[in-house]
Amino acid sequence: MSTVIKAADTVDTHGVDTHGGHHAEHHAGWVRWLYATNHKDIGTLYLWFAFAMFITGGVMALGIRAELFQPGLQFWQPEFFNQLTTLHGIIMVFGAIMPAFTGLANWMLPLMLGAPDMAFARMNNWSFWLLPPAAALLLISLFVPGGAAAGGWTLYPPLSAQAGMGMDLAIFSIHLLGLSSIMGSINIITTILNMRAPGMTLLKMPLFAWTSLVTAYLLIAVAPVLAGAVTMLLTDRHFGTHFFSAAGGGDPVLFQHIFWFFGHPEVYIMALPAFGIVSQIIPTFARKPLFGYVSMVYATCSIAILSFMVWGHHMFSVGMPATAQLFFMFLTMLIAVPTGVKVFNWIATMWQGSLTFETPMLFAIGFVCLFTVGGFSGLVLSIAPVDTQMHDTYYVVAHFHYVLVAGALFSLFAAVYYWLPKWTGYMYHEGRGKLHFWWSMVWFNVTFFPMHFLGLAGMPRRIPDYALQFTDFNTVASVGAFCFGLGQLLFFYNVIHTIRGGVGPAPASPWEGGNTLEWEVASPAPHHTWESPPDIETVRRGLIAQAVEEKP
Amino acid sequence: MNLSCRHHRNICIAIASVATVPVMAAGEFWTFTPPASQMALNIEGLHSYLMVVILAIFVLVFGFMFYAILRHRKSLGHVAKPFHENVTIEILWTLIPAIILLAMAWPAASVVLAQRDTRGAAMTIKATGFQWFWSYDYLDYGFGFKSKLATPRAQIDNHHGEGQAKGEHYLLEVDHEVVVPVGQKIRILTTANDVIHSWGVPAFGVKQDAIPGFIRDTWFTADKIGTFRGQCVELCGKDHAFMPIVVKVVSQTDFKQWVAEQQARAKAMKDDPNKTWTQPELLARGKQVYEANCAACHKVDGTGGGPFPSMVGSKLVTGDKAGHVQMVLNGKNAMPAWASLSDVEIAAVISYERNSWGNQSGFVLPAEVRAARGASQ
Repeated sequence: MSTVIKAADTVDTHGVDTHGGHHAEHHAGWVRWLYATNHKDIGTLYLWFAFAMFITGGVMALGIRAELFQPGLQFWQPEFFNQLTTLHGIIMVFGAIMPAFTGLANWMLPLMLGAPDMAFARMNNWSFWLLPPAAALLLISLFVPGGAAAGGWTLYPPLSAQAGMGMDLAIFSIHLLGLSSIMGSINIITTILNMRAPGMTLLKMPLFAWTSLVTAYLLIAVAPVLAGAVTMLLTDRHFGTHFFSAAGGGDPVLFQHIFWFFGHPEVYIMALPAFGIVSQIIPTFARKPLFGYVSMVYATCSIAILSFMVWGHHMFSVGMPATAQLFFMFLTMLIAVPTGVKVFNWIATMWQGSLTFETPMLFAIGFVCLFTVGGFSGLVLSIAPVDTQMHDTYYVVAHFHYVLVAGALFSLFAAVYYWLPKWTGYMYHEGRGKLHFWWSMVWFNVTFFPMHFLGLAGMPRRIPDYALQFTDFNTVASVGAFCFGLGQLLFFYNVIHTIRGGVGPAPASPWEGGNTLEWEVASPAPHHTWESPPDIETVRRGLIAQAVEEKP
Repeated sequence: MNLSCRHHRNICIAIASVATVPVMAAGEFWTFTPPASQMALNIEGLHSYLMVVILAIFVLVFGFMFYAILRHRKSLGHVAKPFHENVTIEILWTLIPAIILLAMAWPAASVVLAQRDTRGAAMTIKATGFQWFWSYDYLDYGFGFKSKLATPRAQIDNHHGEGQAKGEHYLLEVDHEVVVPVGQKIRILTTANDVIHSWGVPAFGVKQDAIPGFIRDTWFTADKIGTFRGQCVELCGKDHAFMPIVVKVVSQTDFKQWVAEQQARAKAMKDDPNKTWTQPELLARGKQVYEANCAACHKVDGTGGGPFPSMVGSKLVTGDKAGHVQMVLNGKNAMPAWASLSDVEIAAVISYERNSWGNQSGFVLPAEVRAARGASQ
C-alpha cells in the first residue's frame, strides 16, 4: 500500500513542478491544440484525427466497392485499385483504429485511475503530432510518380521492392507511426503502473486499464519489429542489401515471418482495447458487476502471450513443413479458449441483470455477436487444410472485417456514445444513436457476410475484376458498403449535435449503473481533474463495478 | 492417399451431408467448388464438420444471451442479481472448449500430414509465376509452354460503358491449359520469375505460393475428367486478377496423345540458333513475341499506359541499341527481366519495337543479344 501512496505523492509534485506552469496559462485557439499537454485535449486530438482517417480510409473502401460492383474495369486502372486497397488497409489500421484507442486511453485512463494527467505530458503532445505528418506522407504518395504503395498493407517483397517512391513514403510513414505508438505506449504503461489512486491495486483497476496496459506492452514489443522489417525493405530497395531477395542470398519469406511476428500481435492490439471497453459498458447497462473479473485479466494476458506464437498461420500456403503447420495450427486454435472465456463472461454478466439498451449497450452487444462470428471464421481459418481453400480469398476479408469493423470499430462507437456525455457535458440524442446502431448493424452484415460465400467459392482478394459467378454477392456487398458508409455521416452528425448541446446537459453520472471513477467528476470533465487523488472510499465505491470488493 | 482419418471422415461426411443439402442444390457459387479430388473432399468434409460444431456452439451461447436480453430487462421489472464469480463454471467453460478443439484438431492433423506428403508422384510439373501469366514445364517429358489469359481485353475494359459482352469463362480461360491424366498423383513444383504468386485449384484442394528464387511443392490427384479452374491468389501487381490457372483432366490415352503433340510442337517452335535471320523474318517473329509478352502492359500499339511508358518515339527505343537490350534482359522497376526468352526472341522483339509505330532505329541480331548477355553476367 505504501508504494501506491508514494506514487500518488510523485504525481502531486509533478503537478506542481513541471505541469504547474501550464496550469496557469490558458492558450486560446489553435495554440491550445498545438502545445496541448492536457490528456483531455490530446485525447480529443487523437479522436478527431482517427475520425478523419476513418473517413479517408472509408472513402477509399467505397472506391474499391464501386469498382467491384460489376465485373469488368469500370472506374479505375488495376494499378490504382491496388493503391486503394493498400492505403485503405494501412490507413484504417494505423490511422483510424490505433489512434482512436490511444485517444480513448488518453482521455479516460487518468479519469478512471484517479490520476491528474498522463505521466509524460510533453511526450504525449509529441506522440500525437507525429501522426499528421505520417498521414500526410501516405496521402502525398498518391501523387508521386508511380503512385502510392500498391503491394497490399502487408508490403510483401519482392512486389514492394519493385514499386516506385510511393513505397518509400509509406515506409517513412510507418516509421513515424511506430515512433508515435511506442511513445504513446510508454505513457500508458507508466501512467497505469505509477499513477493509480491509493487503494487501487492492479487487480482492482477497471478492465479497460488492464487491456490498455497489455496492449501497450504488445506495441512496445512489436512496433520495433515492424520498423525493422520496413527498414530492411528500404535498404533492399536503395542500398543494395538483399535481405529479401533470393538473387543476393536473401529470402522473400523472411519478410513474411518478420512482418507477421509483428502483424499477429497487431491484430490483438486492435482487439484487446475493444474487449476492455465492452467490459466497462456491459456491467453498466446490466447493473451488475462484471462476471469473472480475474479470469478476464488472465484471458487478456494469455491472448497477448499466445499472439506471439501463432504468426505462421498467415503463411500456411508458403510451403511450411507439416510439423510447422501443425504447431501453428494447434496454437492458433488454442486462442479460442481465452477468447471464449471472455465471451462467456460477458454473457454471464448480462445473465440475471437488469438490462437496458441505450446506444452504447447496443453497440457492445453488437460487438459480442459479430466478434463471435469473426472468431468462428477465425477458428475455421486456423485449420491448416481448410485454410488451403480460404487463404487469400474473400473469406479472409470477411473474417478480419468481422473482427476489426464489428470488433474494434463497433466498440469504439460504443465508447464514444458511452463517454460522450462526460466529454461534452451534454447528452446525445438517443433515438439517433439507436438509428446509427441499427443502420450500421444491418448494412455491415449486408456488406461483409456475403464475402464469406465469395471466399468459399474461391474469389481471390485484392482483385479489381472477377469471374462472373462472383457477380451477385459483390453487387450486394457494394450496395451494403455504400449504405454503411452513408450511415457514418449520421455518427458525425450525432457527435456534432451533442457537442453543440445535444438534448440537454448531462449529469456527472448519466448511466444508472456506471460507478467507475470517471463518473465521479463533473460532466463535462473539467480541464484539470484529480489534482488530489480520490479518497479510498470513492475508489472502493468505484471498484464495485468490477466486483472485486463487496460494498463495505 | 489412404488417410488415417477415414473413420473420422465417415462421421464428417455423414454430418456434412445433412449440413450441405441446400448448398448442393444451390450450385457452386456460394460454397466450395465441387471437389474433384480426395483431398478437396476431405477439406470439404472438415469444413462441414467445423460448421456443425460451430453452429451448435453458436445456438447454445446466443440462446443464453438472447434469453437474458429478452427476459432480464429492466423494463420488465427484472432486478439484477449481483453475482460475479463461480469458479466451477469458469473452469468448465475453459475445459469444455479445449476438449472440443481437440476433437477438431485430431482429424485436421491427419489431413495436414497427407497434404504435405508429395512422395510417390507419377509425374512432376513445374509452374513458374510471371507478371502476369503462368509458365509450365513438364519435367518428365521435356517440353513446356506459357499459359496466358485468353479473355480479350475488350471484354475486360468497361470504362465509359464500352465493354463487350462477357464470355462464360470470363477471366478463367487461358490459351494453353495444363493437361494432366486422371487418377494419377501429380506433383507441382512452384517458383516465380519476379514476385510471389500463388498457384491453386480449389476443386483439387491445392494452393501453393510460388516464391522467386525458391522451389516449393504440392500435389493433387484428380478424380474426374473435366476442366478445373483457379486464379493466382497472391497479390502480384497490376494484373493480379488476370492470371488464371486452368487444368484439363483427361484419360490416360488422351494424355499420351497430347504429350506427343506437345513434344512435336515444341520441336517445331524452337528457333534454329544457326539460322540467318532476314529483317522481315525478324519483324514477323518479333511481332509474335511482342504480342505474347509485352502487349499486356505496353499495349498492342506500343502506346503504354499507367506506369508503363509509351514506346512510340521514346528515347530508349530510338536511342542506343545496347541500352534497349539491357532493359529487356534485366528489367527495371515494374518492367520484369526477360532473360528467360531466347536470344532470337529478344533480338526479334527489340527489332520489332525499333521498327514499328513510326520508329526507325535499326535492327538487333541474335548474336548481339548473346554478346550482351555474356557481358552482363
